[in-house]
Amino acid sequence: MYPENFRYTKEHEWVLVEGGIGTIGITDHAQQELGDIVYVDLPKPGTRVEQGRSLGSVESVKAVSDIYSPVSGEVAEINPILADAPEKLNEDPHGAAWLVKIKLSAPGELPDLMSAADYQSYIGAEK
Amino acid sequence: MRYLPKSDSERRQMLDACGVESAEDLFAHLPEAVRLRRPLHLAPGISEYEIVDYFRERAGENADGYASFLGAGVYRHYRPVLVDAVVSRGEFLTSYTPYQAEISQGTLTTIFEFQTMICQLTGMDVANASMYDGSTAVPEAAMMAARITGRHRALAARSVHPEYREVLRTYALHQGMPVEEFGYVKDSGVIDLEELERKIDDQTAAVIVQSPNFFGVIDDVKAAAEIAHRHGALLVVVFTEAVSLGILEPPAGADIVAGELQSFAISPSYGGPYAGIIATREKFVRQMPGRLVGQTVDTHGNRAFCLTLSTREQHIRREKATSNICTNQALIALMATVFMTVYGKVGLRELALQNTAKAHYLAGKLKPAFTGKFFNEFVARVGNPEAVNKTLLKKKIIGGLPLGRFYPELADSMLVCATETTRRGEMDELSDALRAPAAEEVLA
Repeated sequence: MYPENFRYTKEHEWVLVEGGIGTIGITDHAQQELGDIVYVDLPKPGTRVEQGRSLGSVESVKAVSDIYSPVSGEVAEINPILADAPEKLNEDPHGAAWLVKIKLSAPGELPDLMSAADYQSYIGAEK
Repeated sequence: MRYLPKSDSERRQMLDACGVESAEDLFAHLPEAVRLRRPLHLAPGISEYEIVDYFRERAGENADGYASFLGAGVYRHYRPVLVDAVVSRGEFLTSYTPYQAEISQGTLTTIFEFQTMICQLTGMDVANASMYDGSTAVPEAAMMAARITGRHRALAARSVHPEYREVLRTYALHQGMPVEEFGYVKDSGVIDLEELERKIDDQTAAVIVQSPNFFGVIDDVKAAAEIAHRHGALLVVVFTEAVSLGILEPPAGADIVAGELQSFAISPSYGGPYAGIIATREKFVRQMPGRLVGQTVDTHGNRAFCLTLSTREQHIRREKATSNICTNQALIALMATVFMTVYGKVGLRELALQNTAKAHYLAGKLKPAFTGKFFNEFVARVGNPEAVNKTLLKKKIIGGLPLGRFYPELADSMLVCATETTRRGEMDELSDALRAPAAEEVLA
């Protein structure tokens, strides 16, 4: 369920780092908790973000939740499919429905994040 | 538990429940220095008969039977009797804002109709369920433009209602939003496009103009839109006289329309309550403040109404809401809804034409100070407006608004308004009085 090569946050985001670029999304657990997602608000490319700070929000039929950036850096790309098809976040949160790609400015932050196993026991405990 | 105890035993019960001896104990934690240790200076109680009598006397002090030429944001229009017949129904009058909104299908239906008619009048795609009033709708529109553009400056025309601009400055003060102003052309009274062009920059989020503007002049919205859009800013168009929408072209090029609906069957009461609106294009709807009613279908497939896009609002989004407004002026907006329904498209146009005709008849006698086209009010040069008004009052005429208070350069002028309620005889009397020796003496 939770890919081993991802790192996870307590706020239920994931990041996959490849060649200095971090692809960021929300976890399957997060999309389940949110319910039907109707809108995704993402930053413009070029925006600087900091680890743990809000980089946008995800809106479901029952709530709006901030997306907290797992890493610091600069937004390089946003997922173009989400503007017209936010429901993709419910269908494929770990794949096609990634949110943003960030050019990392502080790769040293990565060890702060959880592994897949840690994250799974974290959400198990949260329940 | 009742919260308004009528007897000693009820009070005792409440105090026991709180675990205190007397009501005084509830204030014991307050420092002695701030306690009031004497009774308030209130008259002793009086009988119901005396109270009714008192208020009758006060009501007698109203300027009933006076002709009035005041406008400037608050207009005297006829209120169709149907308005009060509908709004005084218990189902509307006594219901507070529906927190379980969808159970109040009747209220939501009227709000949906309200939004629909406001869209038809303003030419916008979407209108909210109303704002507190026109003046507070303006800063909400400016902040909305800031959210959409990611910029922070507001640029308002000096011909926007001066009190609206004051409310804008108050809101902007702690929003990190500098508010700057640009002027009007001396002869015509329309916005100074050159000054707008000079003052707009790449940090301008909103250009704010009013039409008809505070001087009654129909302003150049199209040209303002062109300049605003060329610099990446949004155009906010304000209106204070909703009846003008019956005859004027919808504000083409506006991104946000913010206005006051007092003209639509809302009594010109001192201090309100009034109702404002914000309307915008569909692509900006997620940044629009206020409640929004949408049409949907219920579980049986019937047409139904619901609050929609509530995730913009404070009860869900907390400090990140688009606005701290989390209500609407439901009952007052209903007055406007009934008004718009009674008049209809043709009726509203006729009403607007009547207003235009009356004001232009009066203008033929008073000579407007500006050459710009106007709707139902205009600026007249009278010399000493305060003295003129004093003289007029003796003749049971309430004159126009002296402009010196808001525009020092127009200290010799007043803003004069005529609506469908203004009689021809009253207008003749006003122009005669202005020409009479008594007035000329004052002018001299």
